[in-house]
Amino acid sequence: MEEFAVVLVESTNQAMRIEHLLNLSGVKSKLIPVPKFLSSNCGNCLRIDPADIEKVKFVVEKNKIRIDRIEIIQM
Amino acid sequence: MNRIIYFDNAATSWPKPPQMIEAMRQFNGEIGANSGRSGHQLSVQSARIVYDTRQRLADIFNLRDPLRVAFTLNVTESLNLALLGLLKPGDHVITTSMEHNAVMRPLRYLESRGVELTILSCIPNGVLDPDDLKKFMKPNSKLVVINHASNVIGTIQPIRDIGRFARENGLLTLIDTAQTAGAYPINMEKDFIDLLAFTGHKSLFGPMGTGGLLIGERVNAEQLNPLKRGGTGSYSEFEEQPDFLPDKFESGTLNIIGLAGLNASLEWIQSTCIEIIRVHEKVLCQQLINGLQNIPGIKVFGSGDANLQTAVVSFTIDGFDNARVGELLDERYGVLCRTGLHCSPSTHKTIQTFPHGTIRFSLGYFNSKIEIDDALLFLKEIIGKRQ
Repeated sequence: MEEFAVVLVESTNQAMRIEHLLNLSGVKSKLIPVPKFLSSNCGNCLRIDPADIEKVKFVVEKNKIRIDRIEIIQM
Repeated sequence: MNRIIYFDNAATSWPKPPQMIEAMRQFNGEIGANSGRSGHQLSVQSARIVYDTRQRLADIFNLRDPLRVAFTLNVTESLNLALLGLLKPGDHVITTSMEHNAVMRPLRYLESRGVELTILSCIPNGVLDPDDLKKFMKPNSKLVVINHASNVIGTIQPIRDIGRFARENGLLTLIDTAQTAGAYPINMEKDFIDLLAFTGHKSLFGPMGTGGLLIGERVNAEQLNPLKRGGTGSYSEFEEQPDFLPDKFESGTLNIIGLAGLNASLEWIQSTCIEIIRVHEKVLCQQLINGLQNIPGIKVFGSGDANLQTAVVSFTIDGFDNARVGELLDERYGVLCRTGLHCSPSTHKTIQTFPHGTIRFSLGYFNSKIEIDDALLFLKEIIGKRQ
């Protein structure tokens, strides 16, 4: 079974901003379409390693970026 | 093609950096997808270009959050978004007599809808005295809107002093950077700018159809109404406009091929350095002013000091029709300039050249000293042949 986390956002613009800031912090992320079974206001989300969730939360809060939520997914 | 001397950079800069043209070719040929609409790899690449462009603009103008950059088609749209989006009947707005019609026309419209308008005179030299703001400020004053540099005579306004005063007195500032973005260092924080309207195709050396509004932290985006509403790729299940930046102001597909070009031009500007561009243009501008002042019969408008203006120089020749001089320069010598009122009747009234206007040479980074020497020679020939 594969486990990963997704950062759900309101718009691709926010995803791009988070991706850029995570890059600067050395945290890996990948923009992917939102998995079908999740509800989101945006078609895209950022896939991250669950181990990086706290770092991602820190970056998002520090830069005052509005996100929807972060979910851990097992599939 | 015969030799062209392009002195119309205030209308649009030309030529453009080759990197701009290559980026646009590459976007069309290899990417082409819409950003923020789909999740596939080409759409993501497209979204990344759009984001990179926001980030560069935020870096160049010192705005902390690149999501507060809203793209438009040009500075006129940016100014309309800021003015029509912010001002409501009963609000008071202050501007100057040096404005372009991109500011004057929306303001005159708003005035007819109950917005109070004060136009501060900049007679005789085109510079606003920040103390005048104090004299004309009212309890309902909301916004000061200023053309950073005149598109007719290049006069640079003391925006930092104006911004400081505005901030101390609770007013917002909107700066029209059509003539300065890319040609003169601008820092939203240090210059106390709340709203910065720019166009991509002038001194930022991007393609036409690119522009934007940088929205400072003091502007409550909730109180800024969008010019248009529609699809944003976000909140698709709702029929109401999203309230967050930049989606609130960016309905409809963006000019992404244009932004790809602008992004490359901004990268070129960052590596060239705005301070270097400014010095080059300043040297050329002073050479042109001095040369024109030495030709009998020519009257140069503006300060006469390149330190106080951008590389836009307006002049008239005694006994000559401006349009005819422009025509001769173009047809006989390949010197391209603009004559007339330059969409700024108020400026021409201020410098007392209304309604005939002036001949305007506007220089850019790609002009050279030799071109200025030659153009001066051609003007002497035109005047000499007549006598």
